[in-house]
Amino acid sequence: MRYRYSSLLRHFGLELKIRVERSSLTSRFTEAMVSTLSVAISLIIAAAIFTYQQIDPIIAYKEIFLSAFGSFDGITYTIVKMIPLLLCGAGLIVAFKANVWNIGAEGQLLLGAIVATWIALFSLKTAPHYISIPTMFALGFIAGGLWALIPAILKIKFNVNEVLTTLMMNHIASKIVEYLIYGPWKGKAAWGFPQTDIFPTNTCIPCIPNTRIHYATLIIAISSALIISILLSRTKIGYEIRVFGIKPEVARYAGISSSRVIILSMLISGGLAGIAGVGEVAGLHHRLRYPWAISSGYGYTAIIVAWLSRLNSIAIVPVSFLLGGLLVGGDTIQVVFRLPVNVIHIFNGLILLCLASGEILLKYRFKIEVKRHGTLVSSSS
Amino acid sequence: MKGIIRSFLLTPPEKSSLLNIPRGEVVVKMQGITKRFPGVTANDHVDFELRAGEIHALLGENGAGKTTLMNILYGLYRPDEGEIYVGNRRVKIGSPKDAIKLGIAMVHQHFKLIESLTVAENIALCIEEYKFFSHIQDVKKNIGELSEKYGLRIDPDARVWQLSAGEKQRVEILKALIRRAKILILDEPTSVLTPPEKRELFKILRRMAEEGCGIVFITHKLHEVMEVSDRVTVLRKGRVVATLQTSETNPKQLAKLMLGKEIPLRPITHTASLTYKEAPILEVRNLYVLNDRGSLAVKGVSFEVFAGEIFGIAGVSGNGQRELIEAITGLRKVKLGNIILMGEEVTNRTPKDIIERGVAFIPEDRLNMGIAQDLSISENLILKKYRYTPFSGHLFLNLDHINKWVDKLIKEYNIITPSSRLPAGVLSGGNIQRLILARELSGNPKLIVASNPTRGLDVAATNFVRSLLIEQKKRGVAVLLVSEDLEELLMLADRIAVIFEGKFMGVLPTSKADVNRIGLMMAGIEMAKVRS
Ligand SMILES: Nc1ncnc2c1ncn2[C@@H]1O[C@H](COP(=O)(O)OP(=O)(O)OP(=O)(O)O)[C@@H](O)[C@H]1O
Ligand SMILES: [Mg+2]
Repeated sequence: MRYRYSSLLRHFGLELKIRVERSSLTSRFTEAMVSTLSVAISLIIAAAIFTYQQIDPIIAYKEIFLSAFGSFDGITYTIVKMIPLLLCGAGLIVAFKANVWNIGAEGQLLLGAIVATWIALFSLKTAPHYISIPTMFALGFIAGGLWALIPAILKIKFNVNEVLTTLMMNHIASKIVEYLIYGPWKGKAAWGFPQTDIFPTNTCIPCIPNTRIHYATLIIAISSALIISILLSRTKIGYEIRVFGIKPEVARYAGISSSRVIILSMLISGGLAGIAGVGEVAGLHHRLRYPWAISSGYGYTAIIVAWLSRLNSIAIVPVSFLLGGLLVGGDTIQVVFRLPVNVIHIFNGLILLCLASGEILLKYRFKIEVKRHGTLVSSSS
Repeated sequence: MKGIIRSFLLTPPEKSSLLNIPRGEVVVKMQGITKRFPGVTANDHVDFELRAGEIHALLGENGAGKTTLMNILYGLYRPDEGEIYVGNRRVKIGSPKDAIKLGIAMVHQHFKLIESLTVAENIALCIEEYKFFSHIQDVKKNIGELSEKYGLRIDPDARVWQLSAGEKQRVEILKALIRRAKILILDEPTSVLTPPEKRELFKILRRMAEEGCGIVFITHKLHEVMEVSDRVTVLRKGRVVATLQTSETNPKQLAKLMLGKEIPLRPITHTASLTYKEAPILEVRNLYVLNDRGSLAVKGVSFEVFAGEIFGIAGVSGNGQRELIEAITGLRKVKLGNIILMGEEVTNRTPKDIIERGVAFIPEDRLNMGIAQDLSISENLILKKYRYTPFSGHLFLNLDHINKWVDKLIKEYNIITPSSRLPAGVLSGGNIQRLILARELSGNPKLIVASNPTRGLDVAATNFVRSLLIEQKKRGVAVLLVSEDLEELLMLADRIAVIFEGKFMGVLPTSKADVNRIGLMMAGIEMAKVRS
C-alpha cells in the first residue's frame, strides 16, 4: 500500500510517501496514539459541523470544556455521568476481549433499573439502608446478567449473531420500562406523568454532600475496573477469555469450553451494566422514568469508552471520566446553542469511526518519507 | 472486442525490461541486506543474486532468515540496510504491488487464495489488480493454454476449498505464470506435497526455468537442493555462508555449511517391538467420521495402539487422516463406532476430557490450531496446563511458577527467542514447532497423537522431533503417528497402517513393509492383493 499525495506536493518538488509495513508488535504508545488521534480527528470533523451550523467551533469547545471540567459543579456532573459509563464500559471490555459483541449494555442497564425500582417500591421499601441497597446491587447485577444471557444462549445453541440479538433486546427492555411506567407502576403522586413514585429515602443510595455523586456506585465502578484488570490478566477464566477471543480454534484444541466463555463474559458485562442501572435510579433519579431519561445512551457510549481505552481496564477509568465530561458538555451546548440532542451522538459516532480506521494503524507500521527531487529529506516511523 | 480484452489481459502494466533478459544474466541482486527485528538480526548483510533461467536454492536451518530475505524482495518487509537491483536497475520495493510490477511473484508457505471462489475466479482477481476488465472465459482459456504448456493439471471451475494443498500450490504458480512473472519465489514449496506432487512440481519448475524464469527455491532439505537446483545459497543465522554451483557440491558439504559443524548423522535406529502383553492404550473400533462437507471421510476404521509402540498411518493427505485424529482427540464428532482409551469408552467426549486422560496432540495445522499467534510464547506454552496445580489455584494463575517453567522449557526444547513475552507469531516455522512439542510432550502423556510432526523442519529439528518420539515410546507412551513421509514412518513406526479414502488398506509390521508395497496400498490396492 502506498499513498501519494503527489499532485499537491509535486508542486513544491516534494514527494511524500507513506510506507506501510506489517508489524507484529504494537506498543502501548502507538495504541494510546491511535485513541488520541481518533479523538483529535473527530474534533476537527465536528468543528466543521459546528461551522456549518454557524457556530464558532472554538467557542463551542470552550463551552464544552468549561461546563464539564471548569467548575466544581461541572466536575461533579462529569463524575455522575462517568459512573454508568465506567460500569458498562468495564463490563464490555470483558465481552469484547472474548470477541463477543455485546451491543446490549443499554438494555441490561434498564433491567438493573427495573429491579432496583421493584425492590425500592414494592419488596424492601421499609428495610434499612444496609439491607436494601446491597440487595439492589446484587439483584441488579443478576438481572442485567440474565438479560445478557439470553443472547448468549441463542448464540451458543443456534449460532445467532449476538450483535442483532443484543440490539433487539435493548428495544424490548425499553418497551418493558415504558409499559411499567405507563401501566402498573405509574406513580400515584406523579400527577399523571409516566413515572413511578419517588423511592423511599431508605432505598436511595446516599450522595457526597452538596453533589449528586452516589459514591457507593462510584466505588463499585472503580473497583470493578480494577477487578476486571486482574481477572483478565491473572485468572484462569481471564486467560480462557483471551485465548477464545483471539483464536477460537486454539481454544477448542486446548479444551476451553466456548459456551463457558461466552456465558461468563456476557454475565459479567450484563451484570455490571445492571449495576449501572441500579445506580441511575436509586442514586440519581430516585424513580423509574422514561428509558431515555434514565440512560440517554450510556450503553452505547460505553462501547466507545471501551474501545478508546483499547480494552484496557485501567485506562478506562480516565477515559470514562473524559467521555462523561463530553456528555455534560453536550448537554450544555444543546442548551446554549439550541442544538439538537443528536449532535453529541454524531461526535461519538465519529470517534468510533476513527477508532475503527485506526485499527489499521496498529496492524501496520507507517514510515513517512519526504523526498525532494528524489532525495530523502526526512524519514520517520 | 475480445481480442482487445485478451491483449489487455496478457500485457503487464509496465513494459518490463526484464522480459528480454537473456538466460544466465543476473535479474535480481540483493546487496548488504540487513533486517533487524526486536532481539534478532534476521538478515545480516546478506548478498544474494538470481540469474534468469536458474533455479536457485536458498538453504538454511529454521530461523536462518530465508523467509525474511524473500519477504524483503517481495516488498513485505523493508530492509534496514542494503540495496536491491532488479535487471540492473536499483529499485525500492515498498509493497507486494511494487514487486508484482517488477515481475516478481511469491508462493508463500501459507497460500493466499479465496477458498469459496473457483480457481479461475481467484486467478481473475489477481489479474484485476491492474486490469479493470477481464472476462472469465478468457481467463479460463488462458489457464488452459498455460496448463498445457507447463503440464499443470488443474480444473479452472473447481472451488479452492475442494483442492488439495498441492493443487492450491499449482493455482499460486498459475497466478505467477499469468502475470508473466520473471522471478518466482517459492517458500518451502515441497513441505505440503506428496512425493508424486513433488516430482510434478519439479518438472514444472524446470520448464519455467527453461523459459528464462529465475526461480528462488527455499528449503532445508538437502536432497531437494541436489535434485532441482542449479545454484545454492546457504544461510546460517542470518548470514550468507556460501553460494555454490550445485553440481560442484554434495549434501555433506551443504549440511556442514548449513549447520556450521558436521551433522550428527546419528541415524535413528530402534528395534520394533512386536509382542504386546498389556491391554492397548488406544482402541478404535469400526469408526465412521464425517468431514466438513458432511460426507464420510473415515469409513469403518479399526485398530489398536499399545504402550511403547509407534503406530504409523501412511497415506496421501486428504484420505481421512485429519478427520480420524480429530475424532480421537475429541475435536470432531464420531458418527458411528467407538474410541476406547485405556479401557474406557471416550467416544464423543470433550477435548478437555481427552486431554485430561493424558492425550497429547501435535496438530498438522500449526498456525491455525497449534498456536495463537497474538498470544505470547509463554501463554501459548501453558495452553494445556493452566488449569491444573501448580500452574494455577482455584481462581488465579500462578505466574511465578509459570514463568520459571516456561524458561525451563524454552531452554530444554531450544526455542530461540529473545523473550517469552513476545507474540508466538514472530517465531520462525521451526521454532513454532518446538514450542508445540514442548507444550505437548512436557506433561507425561499416555498417548501422543502426532500429525506430520516434522513437516517444514530442518535436519536438526527433524532429528530432534524424531528422537523425542522414540524417547517417549521407550518410556512406555503409545504414539499414533500420521505422516505423509514414508521414510519417516519406516524409520520410526513399529506397525504401519495405510489409509486410502477413509479405509485401511492393511496394517503391517514395519519389518515386513517396503516402499513399493506401501506405495501400492496408498494408491488404493488392498494388502491382500498386493501380496499376490
Ligand atoms: N515479524 C517478525 N518480528 C520479529 N521477529 C521476526 C519476525 N519475522 C521473523 N522474525 C525472526 O527472524 C528470524 C528469521 O526468521 P525467518 O522466518 O526468516 O526464518 P526461516 O529461515 O524462514 O525459518 P523457517 O525455516 O523456520 O521458516 C527468526 O528468529 C524469527 O523469529
Ligand atoms: Mg520460513
